[in-house]
Amino acid sequence: MKNRPTIEEIHRQYASGETTPSEVCREALARIDQTNGSLNALLTVMRESALASAAAMDRDISQTVREKPLAGIPVVVKDNLCTEGIRTTAGSRILGDYQPPYTATAVKKLLDAGAILIGKANLDEFAMGGSTENSAFGPSRNPWNEEYVPGGSSGGSAVAVAAGYVPVSLGSDTGGSIRQPASFCGLVGLKPTYGRVSRYGLIAFASSLDQIGPFSNNVSDTARLLGVIAGHDPLDSTSANVPVDDYAGALTGDLKGVRVGVPPECFADGLDPEVRHHVEAGIRRLEERGAQIVEVHLPHMKHVVAVYYIIATAEASSNLARFDGVRYGIRAAEARSLSEMYRQTRDLGFGAEVKRRIMLGTYVLSSGYYDAYYEKAQRVRAMLVDDFAQAFAKCDVIATPTAPTPPFRIGEKTGGPLAMYLGDIYTVTINLTGLPALNLPCGLSSGNLPIGMQLIGRHFEEARLLNIAFAAEQP
Amino acid sequence: MPITKTEVEKIALLANLELTEEEKVSFSGQLAEIVDYIDQLNELDTAAVQPWSQRRAGNFDLSSATRPDQVRPSLGQERALEQSPDSEDGHFTVPRVIGG
Repeated sequence: MKNRPTIEEIHRQYASGETTPSEVCREALARIDQTNGSLNALLTVMRESALASAAAMDRDISQTVREKPLAGIPVVVKDNLCTEGIRTTAGSRILGDYQPPYTATAVKKLLDAGAILIGKANLDEFAMGGSTENSAFGPSRNPWNEEYVPGGSSGGSAVAVAAGYVPVSLGSDTGGSIRQPASFCGLVGLKPTYGRVSRYGLIAFASSLDQIGPFSNNVSDTARLLGVIAGHDPLDSTSANVPVDDYAGALTGDLKGVRVGVPPECFADGLDPEVRHHVEAGIRRLEERGAQIVEVHLPHMKHVVAVYYIIATAEASSNLARFDGVRYGIRAAEARSLSEMYRQTRDLGFGAEVKRRIMLGTYVLSSGYYDAYYEKAQRVRAMLVDDFAQAFAKCDVIATPTAPTPPFRIGEKTGGPLAMYLGDIYTVTINLTGLPALNLPCGLSSGNLPIGMQLIGRHFEEARLLNIAFAAEQP
Repeated sequence: MPITKTEVEKIALLANLELTEEEKVSFSGQLAEIVDYIDQLNELDTAAVQPWSQRRAGNFDLSSATRPDQVRPSLGQERALEQSPDSEDGHFTVPRVIGG
């Protein structure tokens, strides 16, 4: 992919008068017009409002760039983030033409920082999936090769950056939905610590796992975005009252004293040899630049997918109960009673994967099964949290692959839902334990498709994590 | 362990999903495969482990989870009803509740 300007570079050009927000916005829209028809990254494009916002910023932009970290920067957000008055679909038919009466806090923060919202990005329906093939509006395509998936569930947000529409976008990550598409599209994708970013206005999938995070072409823009969206929000009682660090200021590239933990459990059989090759090369680069490599163990790794698919689907079955035709979205027309209306609306509105996960979640929570499945999973989850606490006594960051394979073809994964779920093996643990983690591109497959490595930090240590990624990123 | 059609129907009822006969068959197969997979957790002895709750992870400041019970401005009835498929007189309107 050709060199893309950083936000700092765009701001430099604004300050010197080389370009204006209107110009940048027009260029973004031109690129969208050129390729969004085939890539299907964006479900909604806000052409008029974006151009109007940009025009309003043109005159004073050389001053505004000194005050607002995202002044005049076009951005895209995943379509499970509510935007007041702008259609929000969650990638599903069930919301119909729903226009939220409020804007998600994270999106509001982008706008307050001067960003120009240019589009809503495609996703697997209700964020359930790892390829964006579960969208009710068709899959998005990987700009590296359009026969391939961009990953999911935040596929559209990843494509918008990888295809050069915008320098940064927001996605959400419940089991890897930022990190895996970042890996498949050659981007930096960060899932912050649980509670670091407010979930207010994020259409919930699994409330103890969901987090919003940025996609970008480089670590420095990622740090800038995190600084904008992080922070306590009284509207989200799970958001943490922990001070926001100066993430951009922490990027020294100095790896002195940094210990990188490598767990053999994440490099076992079943890992694609090309992924192994590039991730190991990425780890060696960290060592060459001053980090110490240590072996750590995550003894319960083999159970993570099982734990995740019990907890995530249980929480989803509860969160998706609200989609019933009463207050918003579509409503089954022929229903003769309330309960018929509920059942028919949900049958019409939900796709197969969503139904499957609701069914599984309902099953594991149901009487007679709750202890064996849900409660059991929560105990194993506690064991996973302890595994990481022990590992982090010996290292500062843990390195693993992000996805077990390079990107796959659209329609290729026909082996049933379980085969798709196993692709999440390296990413789900992070959501279960609430740790921050990012994808850093680390190579290309023989098929010229991106491969990424995952770096995992301690809770609320995004500054250290980003700095390590920054050091690894340098040529 | 197979999941019977009756079990699928019971789950569908709990989840307020209306499934076709075809869906009942395919879901019972898929769910059985997944449940078989998640059964592996029985290998682990978790008797001494407390179930996890998110608030025990990291140094979580719990004081931010609650606030004084004060009335604050909210959406308002009109906006809340705006997106509904059917509403009347300040209420969401739905088909008959009883007798269905």
